[in-house]
Amino acid sequence: MPEGPEGNVANPVPEKTAAPAAAAPKPAPTPWDGECAQKMRSLFGSGIRDSLTFAGQNYLIVDRSICHDVLRSLYQDSGFTSLTDLTAVHYPKDELPIEIIWILYSMSRNEHVRIKARFGDGEAVPTSTDLWAGANWLEREVYDMFGASFTGHPDLRRILMPEGWAGHPLRKDYDAHKQDENWVRANIGIESGQ
Amino acid sequence: MSDNQFYDSLEEVEPGHTFLDSNEMVLNMGPQHPSTHGVLRVILKLDGEKVNGIECVIGYLHRGIEKLAEHRTWAQFAPFVDRLDYTAAVSNNLGYCLAVEKLLGVEVPKRAQYLRVIVTELCRLASHQVWLGTHVLDIGAVTPLFYAFRDREAILNVFEKYCGARLTTHSFRIGGCRYDAYPGFAQEVLHICEDLGPKIDEYRDLITGNRIWLQRTKNVGHISAEDCIAYGITGPVLRGSGVQWDVRKAQPYSSYEDFEFDIPIGSAGDTFDRYLVRIEEMRQSIRIIRQAVEGLMEGPIIARVPKVIKPPVGEVYHSIEAPKGELGYFLVSDGTTQPYRVRVRPPSFINLQALQKMATGSLVADVVAIIGTLDIVLGEVDR
Repeated sequence: MPEGPEGNVANPVPEKTAAPAAAAPKPAPTPWDGECAQKMRSLFGSGIRDSLTFAGQNYLIVDRSICHDVLRSLYQDSGFTSLTDLTAVHYPKDELPIEIIWILYSMSRNEHVRIKARFGDGEAVPTSTDLWAGANWLEREVYDMFGASFTGHPDLRRILMPEGWAGHPLRKDYDAHKQDENWVRANIGIESGQ
Repeated sequence: MSDNQFYDSLEEVEPGHTFLDSNEMVLNMGPQHPSTHGVLRVILKLDGEKVNGIECVIGYLHRGIEKLAEHRTWAQFAPFVDRLDYTAAVSNNLGYCLAVEKLLGVEVPKRAQYLRVIVTELCRLASHQVWLGTHVLDIGAVTPLFYAFRDREAILNVFEKYCGARLTTHSFRIGGCRYDAYPGFAQEVLHICEDLGPKIDEYRDLITGNRIWLQRTKNVGHISAEDCIAYGITGPVLRGSGVQWDVRKAQPYSSYEDFEFDIPIGSAGDTFDRYLVRIEEMRQSIRIIRQAVEGLMEGPIIARVPKVIKPPVGEVYHSIEAPKGELGYFLVSDGTTQPYRVRVRPPSFINLQALQKMATGSLVADVVAIIGTLDIVLGEVDR
């Protein structure tokens, strides 16, 4: 069937769009006061900076000094036995630019929760490999891409970028076209990989 | 533990004191090795045939997809995700579109949801056929590869007719589908379903009872349910160890709650059980496709989404059950037309991490079987 910019000839796309949804107020995070948030608040007090929910997803913003205690408590006492993902976001203009995000999942409760904590540049982040074996590669990737170092990690090395590469690509101050020219010259024997 | 006498004799020998009295040797598998399914380098520490240590070196296929996302608009990034797991491009696309829709708060029309389910489940069948063919080939059986690829062809032909592409399809858009079902789509899909049932029996007859296959897969690459959870393993590998967990059931998306299907599980957590789980999953996919085709209603196929997509400030995590496991997208929006951060939770990356656990103590030939049973795609591991 020939297909042009109008899409499938038999069924042109424009006529097939749904009615517009009613104008809704701009969504924003709202306070989350679930059982889990209350429990964490009673345990850690002001260390839990905020508990919010957005698009039906709950997350806790915690102080960096207690992040590992929060994770351990959720793991041991609240049934969050799986670490779904561990990642980071770089906010270069902020005082504490590296935000680490742990996405936890509880199979028994069928519930996700995100834990977020801010760290300074190069500041040590406590490892969570003692709770989840799977955190090993995830922390290596965050180190590789953002330069955050994890204390207590058994084998903190680069994982996706080559050994000896300079810079951490997913930081906002690292341009998409940037590369470690010295590394490229020394290891590939060309002036530029672009 | 094993009914194979050779394994038992290895169990008794203490490391460093083999019957050969050999020293440890380091063997590099890859990065260019046919059985590593892409550019994966595995460093093996061997004592004779026995693997004492194992390390994966990855990143050869790293293209910086997450970085590229920050320099594209939300819609422009969608074709990139097809290149993550290129044997199941449709699933990658679905996950990304659903995550952006969640961020936007867009409700996808029911017809589009059903169409998405049909195409995604076809894609799961195609992906499992690639897995079956290559996995069995790695272990030494050549014939099933041709059977699996022959049958996959019919599915790819439907993709080609539906959206013009066979592998990197990019058939979904944020808000719904780009293309409606072409005339004769339903009949062709039902024909595939009808055809594939007996063909899966054929695979079973070829492989399941085969003595060599049983010897090479039973009790090979064992992993317990507890270890699976500690490593974050999802998908057929988790289910092969007896955990009945599937995102499609646990947190249904795209109308999966409308369909009746079972989640097959194994018990032993070995390569053979994972094989049975995936074969049964193919049958379940056929069941889902049948129901979705029969229930496909008339209606719009795409919701009204603005031309310039500007999601509100916020972040979401959305995951789907891809053929390899839980594929998640963590999106951060700063309210502009471009993503602030896109994080892909790749099932292959997280499952591959357990290779060390599964292969240490086994024979070097089993490493090949274990890489095959993990069903990794390096495009997704390295991103």
